[in-house]
Amino acid sequence: MIFLTVGTHEPFDRLVRCVDDWCSERGDEVFGQITKRAGYQPSHFKAVPSLDPAEYQKQFREADFIVSHAGMGSILTALSMQKPIIILPRRGYLQETRNDHQFATAQRFQSRAGVFVAQDEADLPEVLHQLADGNVTAGQGISPFADEQLIGTLRDFIHGPARII
Amino acid sequence: MSSTPPRVLAVASGGGHWVQLCRLIPAWDGCVVTYVTTEPGFKAGIEAAAAARGQSRPGYHVVLEANRWQKLRLVRSLLQMGLILMRTRPDVVVTTGAAPGYFALRLAAMMGRRTIWIDSIANAEELSLAGQKAGRHSDLWLTQWEHLAKQNGPEYKGSVL
Repeated sequence: MIFLTVGTHEPFDRLVRCVDDWCSERGDEVFGQITKRAGYQPSHFKAVPSLDPAEYQKQFREADFIVSHAGMGSILTALSMQKPIIILPRRGYLQETRNDHQFATAQRFQSRAGVFVAQDEADLPEVLHQLADGNVTAGQGISPFADEQLIGTLRDFIHGPARII
Repeated sequence: MSSTPPRVLAVASGGGHWVQLCRLIPAWDGCVVTYVTTEPGFKAGIEAAAAARGQSRPGYHVVLEANRWQKLRLVRSLLQMGLILMRTRPDVVVTTGAAPGYFALRLAAMMGRRTIWIDSIANAEELSLAGQKAGRHSDLWLTQWEHLAKQNGPEYKGSVL
């Protein structure tokens, strides 16, 4: 099963439509979470507007791989569960986000093992084929928590002296 | 370190902000912790995570999700956050964003509480708008990207990865 998620808030019709077109040719099993304001409803796979956190975790865990917008929630969850993930960045000029931060995220993460970037919808079918054929491996995985430097900085601050007013 | 454990209010909206906050939880082991988010469904998971670390059960509050275009919801979310701050009286407010975290931080700063802004790792090219505005109200102002750190802040002290 392939789990498609576009994040909690904004629809991402460009991604959903592209995965739907790909599905119509291949017939792989896909389950999608596409937000309540989705303008495009897929006809070749089942999709829901939203999932509660437990159900979201379950879909994530049971998927062979993930297809997502380039949101950090999806990327971090995929890395921690060692699931291969395809990301298609939302673009600012298409009004899919306020700015091009997802494009920057995609560039920063494209060299990371287990993360596969489709720059645009023309790129996506080939990347989908590649992962659906099982020709890839997940990354090394990541530790469940942030790096020790950051944790330590926060801990020291929290236990540090109260502010003098 | 004081004899009474610090009270920490940890704030993040749902989605990626919350996922990042959850990667920081060892930082407030031993504290009296309350979480504030926009999604009721994270409660069981965060309580289990605290229990797994031998911590007492954290407080948990939900506020309205709102973006900067939803003015009425923003006001209601702000009021909810004000009430939570008055009730929990945290020593430190820590947030990974977005709008609810910014509100919590501004209100906490006005009340003389210590504040931490950790800008989302999703902002690799420039700080978020809230993150830019939070800067002068934060006692600890962090970016997760080294190239975005500046002399007068934000600082880079590692990332959630």
